[in-house]
Amino acid sequence: MQQQRRVPRRVFIKGLASSAGVLLAGCTPTDPPTYGNVLRMGDLLTYKAHRLLLPAHSLAREYDYSDISSVPAIGTTNPADPDKSFYSREHGPVYEQLLANRFADWRLVVEGSVARPHAFSLDELQRMPSRTQITRHTCEEGWSAIAQWTGVPLRAVLEAAGIRSSARFVQYYAYDGWVDGIDMLDALHPQTILAYGMNGRDLPISHGAPIRLRVEKQLGYKSMKFLMRIVVTDHFDDHGRRGLIQNGWSWYAGI
Amino acid sequence: MQRSSSHTRGHRRWVRICHWLSAVAFLTLAVSGFLILMVHPRLYLGHAGNDLMPALLTLPISNNYRPDELHSRVTFTNVPGAPVTAERNFHIFNQNGWARSLHFLAAWILVVVGAIYVAAGFVSRHIPATLIPRGRELAPRALLQDLKNHLRPVAGATGAGPPYGLLQKLAYTCVILVILPLMVATGLTMSPAVTASYPFLLDVFGGYQTARTIHFFGFAALGLFLLIHVAMVIATGFGRQLRAMTLGN
Repeated sequence: MQQQRRVPRRVFIKGLASSAGVLLAGCTPTDPPTYGNVLRMGDLLTYKAHRLLLPAHSLAREYDYSDISSVPAIGTTNPADPDKSFYSREHGPVYEQLLANRFADWRLVVEGSVARPHAFSLDELQRMPSRTQITRHTCEEGWSAIAQWTGVPLRAVLEAAGIRSSARFVQYYAYDGWVDGIDMLDALHPQTILAYGMNGRDLPISHGAPIRLRVEKQLGYKSMKFLMRIVVTDHFDDHGRRGLIQNGWSWYAGI
Repeated sequence: MQRSSSHTRGHRRWVRICHWLSAVAFLTLAVSGFLILMVHPRLYLGHAGNDLMPALLTLPISNNYRPDELHSRVTFTNVPGAPVTAERNFHIFNQNGWARSLHFLAAWILVVVGAIYVAAGFVSRHIPATLIPRGRELAPRALLQDLKNHLRPVAGATGAGPPYGLLQKLAYTCVILVILPLMVATGLTMSPAVTASYPFLLDVFGGYQTARTIHFFGFAALGLFLLIHVAMVIATGFGRQLRAMTLGN
């Protein structure tokens, strides 16, 4: 009796372990790498579960104008100021010049897996169809704030650049040296916008002027401020030592 | 040797396995959750809450809330009471990179183990037969009597495992069927991706910050349960209870 029971159980456990291994190892180039770190494996499990179980096209809650709240500016509050956190020696001085000229010379480079790479001016982006949304910014620290954001849907910009059908991820680079990326489901989401307006005003410097990303279905740190460059890729890019994963953070922050 | 009888002393094997897996996951959740709370030690009601807004409660567990050090305050409109922004340029204590990921890893384990436990508990009738108090047991006089029994020094050592006392049943039922499911639900309500798909969660709990506050009080209740649970284990024979929950009887 015992002998007969043991075999199928061992087979079952083996099967379970190998299927978990396939899931956790991230065996395809479209998954965030885990580097064998058990925490990153948990992050990957959450990412996979969200993409598998949650309806893809749902919108984050949009609030009323009267719900707009005060909102602190944290992290980089001015990329031109070397005394503040996250100053980039490479891009800081460039940002300082752009700021002095009120971003007239600012360009958002969109390149990579697109047919027509292009450097969009602020004026160009502001002339494209806009979207205004009052949403909740949810910070990984635990606080939240509600603000009105106006911008151009990232999807419209990617389509204007002729995004290729092989594209799987959108990587973005900022003037404070931050780099990150999102998958195509978030990139093409109608609420994912390149925001240039906040609460009816131009986006303040401390909130990412001239343009920040809004990724409403993830935590605040994915909504990168001070955008400089967008690169569309066919494969996952964790940005090595500059990226979130190797710095000990979850790449996916839908939570 | 009849292990299937729910009134035999000792813990069944699947109960013991679930107990220790949950215990490890729970302790991990408690420690990582506390670290996460330290990063923003303030609790609010509603959807929005941050350092520029009044809090329901500010906990003295970290030095991250320094309202006097927020600079460059700007008001968005000229209307009195209009929303403002201000810069935070000082460094705060923040170990959320690993604490958050560890929290969710442990949460996955607790949810899976908990689901297996509850399913097995109802299929085997372990939960209805030994944990959920019967209606007539809940008479005020019976409750009072059981409370008195608990306050007296332990008279006769009871056996390990079921049958359980009345307050014991209430505590287990409350933790397993009320507080832990509430922790999962309020936890999910803090997820922007989950609430985009299931916005009713935000309405059920009255907002992201209210869910976070309920999550905290759930943690406090579970912490209190753990203290009493361990105290009772010690009072009724620590080694014997530990062996019973690990090896059976």
